[in-house]
Amino acid sequence: MIADGVEDEEKWLAAGIAGLQQNAFYMHRALDSNNLRDALKYSAQMLSELRTSRLSPHKYYELYMRAFDELRKLEVFFKEEARRGCSIVDLYELVQHAGNILPRLYLLCTVGSVYIKSKEAPAKDVLKDLVEMCRGIQHPVRGLFLRSYLAQVSRDKLPDIGSEYEGDADTVVDAVEFVLQNFTEMNKLWVRMQHQGPAREKEKREKERSELRDLVGKNLHVLSQIEGIDLDMYKDTVLPRVLEQVVNCKDEIAQYYLMDCIIQVFPDEYHLQTLDVLLGAFPQLQPAVDIKTVLSRLMERLSNYAASSADVLPEFLQVEAFAKLNNAIGKVIEAQPDMPILGVITLYSSLLTFTLHVHPDRLDYADQVLGACVNKLSSKGKLEDNKATKQIVALLSAPLDKYNDIVTALKLSNYPRVLEYLDSETNKVMATVIIQSIMKNKTRVSTADRVEALFELIKGLIKDLDGGAHDEVDEDDFKEEQNSVARLIQLLHNDDPEEMFKIICTVRKHILGGGPKRLPFTVPPLVFSSLKLVRQLQGQEENPFGEEDSTTPKKIFQLLNQIVETLCNIPAPELALQLYLQCAEAANDCDLEPVAYEFFTQAYILYEEEISDSRAQITAIHLIIGTLQRMHVFGVENRDTLTHKATGYSAKLLKKPDQCRAVYACSHLFWVDDQDNVKDGERVLLCLKRALRIANAAQQMSNAARGSAGSVTLFVEILNKYLYFFEKGNPQINVAAIQSLLELVTTEMQSDSSTPDPAADAFFASTLRYIEFQKQKGGAVGEKYEPIKA
Amino acid sequence: MNYLVGAFKPPCNIFISFADGRSRKQVPLKKENGKTVMAALFQSQENIVGEVVIEPIHGKKVEHNGVKIELLGQIELYFDRGNFYDFTSLVRELDVPGELYERKAYPFEFSTVEMPYESYNGVNVRLRYILKVTVSRNYVSNIVECQDFVVRNYTPPPSINNSIKMEVGIEDCLHIEFEYSKSKYHLKDVIVGKIYFLLVRIKLKNMELEIRRRESTGSGPNTYVETETLAKFELMDGAPVRGESIPIRLFLSPYELTPTYRNINNKFSVKYYLNLVLVDEEDRRYFKQQEFTMYRILET
Repeated sequence: MIADGVEDEEKWLAAGIAGLQQNAFYMHRALDSNNLRDALKYSAQMLSELRTSRLSPHKYYELYMRAFDELRKLEVFFKEEARRGCSIVDLYELVQHAGNILPRLYLLCTVGSVYIKSKEAPAKDVLKDLVEMCRGIQHPVRGLFLRSYLAQVSRDKLPDIGSEYEGDADTVVDAVEFVLQNFTEMNKLWVRMQHQGPAREKEKREKERSELRDLVGKNLHVLSQIEGIDLDMYKDTVLPRVLEQVVNCKDEIAQYYLMDCIIQVFPDEYHLQTLDVLLGAFPQLQPAVDIKTVLSRLMERLSNYAASSADVLPEFLQVEAFAKLNNAIGKVIEAQPDMPILGVITLYSSLLTFTLHVHPDRLDYADQVLGACVNKLSSKGKLEDNKATKQIVALLSAPLDKYNDIVTALKLSNYPRVLEYLDSETNKVMATVIIQSIMKNKTRVSTADRVEALFELIKGLIKDLDGGAHDEVDEDDFKEEQNSVARLIQLLHNDDPEEMFKIICTVRKHILGGGPKRLPFTVPPLVFSSLKLVRQLQGQEENPFGEEDSTTPKKIFQLLNQIVETLCNIPAPELALQLYLQCAEAANDCDLEPVAYEFFTQAYILYEEEISDSRAQITAIHLIIGTLQRMHVFGVENRDTLTHKATGYSAKLLKKPDQCRAVYACSHLFWVDDQDNVKDGERVLLCLKRALRIANAAQQMSNAARGSAGSVTLFVEILNKYLYFFEKGNPQINVAAIQSLLELVTTEMQSDSSTPDPAADAFFASTLRYIEFQKQKGGAVGEKYEPIKA
Repeated sequence: MNYLVGAFKPPCNIFISFADGRSRKQVPLKKENGKTVMAALFQSQENIVGEVVIEPIHGKKVEHNGVKIELLGQIELYFDRGNFYDFTSLVRELDVPGELYERKAYPFEFSTVEMPYESYNGVNVRLRYILKVTVSRNYVSNIVECQDFVVRNYTPPPSINNSIKMEVGIEDCLHIEFEYSKSKYHLKDVIVGKIYFLLVRIKLKNMELEIRRRESTGSGPNTYVETETLAKFELMDGAPVRGESIPIRLFLSPYELTPTYRNINNKFSVKYYLNLVLVDEEDRRYFKQQEFTMYRILET
């Protein structure tokens, strides 16, 4: 059916064009022979084609354009007739003899245009007559096109200031009056279209109407180009009249389009000076009008205007633009109780952008906007609407973008209150935006108060807001988020230790509530941040003022102890262990033996009680050994206890090779190069021998279990340890021991039962090459190595 | 019959001419045979002065019982065709009985002739003025020659010319108020007015204004009424809504109108009506007819 309709329409259009062309042909002939009577007759017949009701506006336009072109020729003819002495007044009467109104009025407009040009009558009289006579067309489409024709032929003949048609009798007031009247009538026709025809074609009609809207809007465009409209006239006449029509027409499509049109065609400066009037119209619009978009565009334009030049800013202040806009938005929202929350937020968002552009120094304005937004949101509860939350994110991002500085945003007391209305998902997004802003701008958040506020803002990332529901959270996203929080924590810094300590305490307070999933991400940066403070303090001597409550490393360590302890409870023992060791090392550097010992104790307890996975144990034990080796703060007793324990743990690892490696690593605990009191060669040897035994046992086990001796790697590794200590001058490690170990490895490698292992072979070969190399180096080292026979 | 016509061809030619024939205005006049000829134009109270020339056919003598010229104002009703009713009849004797041998001219004059009615050519009636020259003869039929002329009477613009204003409608359906600026128009006048829609509950398609002429002839049971629509002028295209006001501007000059004639000699009347017609989408017509008066002013 629809396809048929389209086809029919094509047919009708073709028929219309054919009829038009035929009559145009006769009209041309009449024009060529200067036959006025025939010219009028055929032009009227030609224009009769425009009387059709069968075409959609789109197709009708096509027909209209053809007629328009023909009418230009007729107009030229009329001009010539007038020059030849034909009275233009008579012509003006003559065309009105046509019986059909539509052709008559097209001809009248055409002659009218010549009439004005002839200046035989005041332009205003002719214009007034034309615009009045056009009332005869009440059919919306035909009327709109006719009046559009009138607007088109008259636009260069308006008695504007400086125009040749301006005279004593004709002033710009008349030009304005004419355009306004034509506009009003066109809008009425346009609106009426909505109410004609069956209800089921509503959609089609709306589409057709939107195709026609520019015909109506053109009048406003013409108005905007009338030079003579100064601010006063705009304020007193043009705007009130246009708005009156817009408000009274009570049509959504028209109100939306025309308000937008007004905003777009008239100069910013005028808008600024007539804000009261313009804004006053908004609450009177129909509830379904998309006010938010229009108002947003207005604010956008004004923002851009403000940004265009600093000179115009005083104007904004003078007219109290912000207060007016704020007030208007309030009224609009009040007047439209059904406005979706999205609209409300969009409005506030635009207003915020506006105030940020125009009054960057007035934070209180921005805060006021946010406050108003909160008020509105408070009645709606949490946001469900996806778009609305997006808009809130935009709203909250605006100050960040503007000031490039979260610190400024933190001064906005309503900022966090807005956040409360976001769902947890959006809250996270917003928090991420904030963190990104900080990182991008390298903002320094350097007081505890601000940190407090900041964490209040980003609490979406710091803790679970509405209890759970995060099971759907993507693991990667979660990591990403928490990593950004971690980065943020690292960025918080103040050179003043006191303040920094406060910051640390604040952060701690916030992150502790983060739950087991977040703590592993958030605790480490905090610990390292604290350790950084420790190192900073460590450089300074005792607090010169000796104040009791001043920040000391001790105090920090106490705090650290508590922080890390929380990790144990999660449980995240491995991480906690690592951090304890880090702390211990820091304490070591501060010469705080008891503290370091305490940390080690904690680490050991963790190792014993919490770390049961054998792989984790291996990692942990190596960390413990590594850290312990670097400790110099411990007295003999403490050290002994700790090393003893470490060695014990090493020997209790599950797999033999791991045992072996841990044990030979322990050998370093007894021989620290730069610590003269830790050079116990005997115990080193003991460790190494023990390692050898374990290696042996490992081979035997392998033999028994799999039928092959396994790799000799362990032996080569132990050999390397021997060589190390040998080189360092451990008296217990002698050439004989090395020699026997070399032989052992060689034998093992040649034995049938050993598994060929290229890596081990290569390792051994390099070791041998090293020995050779050291020999050839000569000197003390060379001599030392000389006896070893590879 | 042609040879008979030739055989009974009158022995003389008669010409009637007006003294100011060259300068006097000529207007078109439609004859019975449908042809349009130009005829001299007079108005009431004018002197009708001229000359009758009788020219015997070469070498023939015309015997007569006298020559006279009559000025006749006649009304012919078509249901009684051929029967003329003379409402005006003036006679001037031009010659006493005698013989005519050669061309002879007789001047004539009718002074301040009362011609109250205008020439009119209607559907069922005709009012005409003629000058009739009769050469009376014995035994044979008189020789008669007629000359039509046209009479138009001018009236000054009426001192009272009220507008026509009326509110009409169909209850709860359509209410309009229309106004024509005057009730009396001259022939080249413009009808200006407006139609104001007070209530529109029907889907109108268009609206037009018709000029209708109502010619009534005869009287009593023999009254014949003929109505012609002389003009159809579209005023509005499309459906208006309540509160719209549509302008009217109708130039009367393109139409062939006459003044309103009221009870001309008790024989006929010609009246004019403005008929406002509204047409709805189902082509139903709603109309209101109003009489208006046409008059003739002296054209300058």
